[in-house]
Amino acid sequence: MALELKGVTKRVGAIQHIKETSLLLEPGHFNVLLGATGSGKTSLIKLMAGLDPMASGQVLMDGEDVSRLSTQKRNISLVHQFFINYPHMTVFENIASPLKVAGMAKSEIEGRVEEAAAILQLKPMLHRRPHELSGGQQQRCALARAIAKESRAVFLDEPLANLDYKLREELRDQLPELFAGRGAVVVYATSEPEEALLLGGKTALMRGGRVTQFGPTAEIYRNPGNVDAARVFSDPPINTAEITKQGSMARLGAGVTWELSGAAAGLADGTYTIAIRPHHVLPVAKNGAHVQLSGQVQVTELSGSESSAHFDMGSGSWVSLAHGVHPYQVGELHDFYMDPAQAYFFAPDGSRAA
Amino acid sequence: MQKRSIVPIVYILFLMLPIYWLVAMSFKTTNEILSGFSLFPQTFTLDNYATIFTDPSWYWGYINSILYVSINTVISIAVALPAAYAFSRYRFLGDKQLFFWLLTNRMAPAAVFALPFFQLYSAVELFDTHLAVALAHCLFNIPLAVWILEGFMGGVPKELDETAFVDGYSFPRFFATIFVPSIKAGVGVAAFFCFMFSWVELLLAKTLTAVAAKPIAATMTKTASSAGYELGLLAAAGTLTIIPGAIVIWFVRNYIAKGFAMGRV
Repeated sequence: MALELKGVTKRVGAIQHIKETSLLLEPGHFNVLLGATGSGKTSLIKLMAGLDPMASGQVLMDGEDVSRLSTQKRNISLVHQFFINYPHMTVFENIASPLKVAGMAKSEIEGRVEEAAAILQLKPMLHRRPHELSGGQQQRCALARAIAKESRAVFLDEPLANLDYKLREELRDQLPELFAGRGAVVVYATSEPEEALLLGGKTALMRGGRVTQFGPTAEIYRNPGNVDAARVFSDPPINTAEITKQGSMARLGAGVTWELSGAAAGLADGTYTIAIRPHHVLPVAKNGAHVQLSGQVQVTELSGSESSAHFDMGSGSWVSLAHGVHPYQVGELHDFYMDPAQAYFFAPDGSRAA
Repeated sequence: MQKRSIVPIVYILFLMLPIYWLVAMSFKTTNEILSGFSLFPQTFTLDNYATIFTDPSWYWGYINSILYVSINTVISIAVALPAAYAFSRYRFLGDKQLFFWLLTNRMAPAAVFALPFFQLYSAVELFDTHLAVALAHCLFNIPLAVWILEGFMGGVPKELDETAFVDGYSFPRFFATIFVPSIKAGVGVAAFFCFMFSWVELLLAKTLTAVAAKPIAATMTKTASSAGYELGLLAAAGTLTIIPGAIVIWFVRNYIAKGFAMGRV
């Protein structure tokens, strides 16, 4: 089973909600749609589920064009951010409902419900109604319904967003094994980069109704294709600055210059945006971190094993994140050292240059 | 007993007084009613009720009323359910205006519609049938039911619809087996109000019927006979008209408060 989008667009009136999108989603791992609220994750899921009409393009399942197939006939499952269960049915009936609609034999339904309930620890609650369950149990019930159905594709639209911190971690750790080996394409929408990294698999970055980068999650982290992708997986936020390249030298602001190496050295002369993660900007020179920056310390944070400092270089504020405890004085002028080999270079239009 | 419970008790007694008086009168003879003031029936009699339950011209009044009220409630809810779903789930040109226009139907006095309905139903030979009254009352009850149901449907997330479609439910099956059961409180409240408005409406019911579908309220006017007013009989008839409403209230008592909380009752 594979789910493929070919040039899919969605339009409401004059506004294009989903710009031309092509994706090949495969089973065996999580396919994460990662983007901020309003970036089009839910819209894209609704197109794949057939709940909203496409303006153009095709949705293929296993090579078969399902664009004109109704939602009911696509054999898919959907778990929403809100805990959606049928309020007047018991947990058992809820999990059984898609099977019952499909006309499955009673004994087989019971077997599947039992199995799904066991995996999601819902067995003691099978005869309760959804409103008698906690939020986490309600969402587990919705997940059990999706698992019991054994559909071709499972869409999880921010399923953990409305759960409290502890439950979210618990369920998130369970999710990959829930769907492992079931052969279904799992699409998981989230606005939290951390979730994408923890779930692994592949990630499609979404922004403004467009997939800006798609690939293995770790690969996107290591090799962001554009400024936005670089910004996504970074907490504290990634440091960016404008540099001027001339010959083999790069110049940042007034006084910082260094010699370029690797792919960056081959770039045409001009201005670029560099992005470098906070843990490659350190308060001491070591390893590759040798380009000296100097700035006024504004905010410092200690988290036991790590210390971070926000410092103002005059041309903008950067963050340094280093292991161990480093004593900073707010207001003092402190030297920091960045590792230029770890910097990403982006052209003025935001695309990756080196 | 606490001091503060005195005020509501006095208020409830004040409200119940006319009802008590009606019930007490129904067990008195007309002579006793006319002879003066008595708190309890001096000579307790069930004759008034016996008359109503044995005389077809009396008990058919109740049967007629219950028939057209039931028909009306069924039609109103059956029509209002899909209409309310459309208002609650879809945006279409003029939807808000249409919704408001529906409500304005309740603003016109019933008397305005009495003549056109009388003329129309006479022409199509619906006059003096239960269906005539039931249809006429739809004019008021469908907008009301749409208004109440739309409020309850608005409380059901659209994601429930989507989940059901994804799970394989066809629209009719989803509507009947998932959606309506999840707003059954709203259906109960809407049915209650349709029932009550139709039950107490007199003008249209009286204008559109003659003999075959004569409502109880119209029957009650015949007690002014040559022998004078049969007040005991009238009181017994009045007491019996309270009962259907009381029964319906018993069934929806838990839902009404929910309707009030939504601001749709």
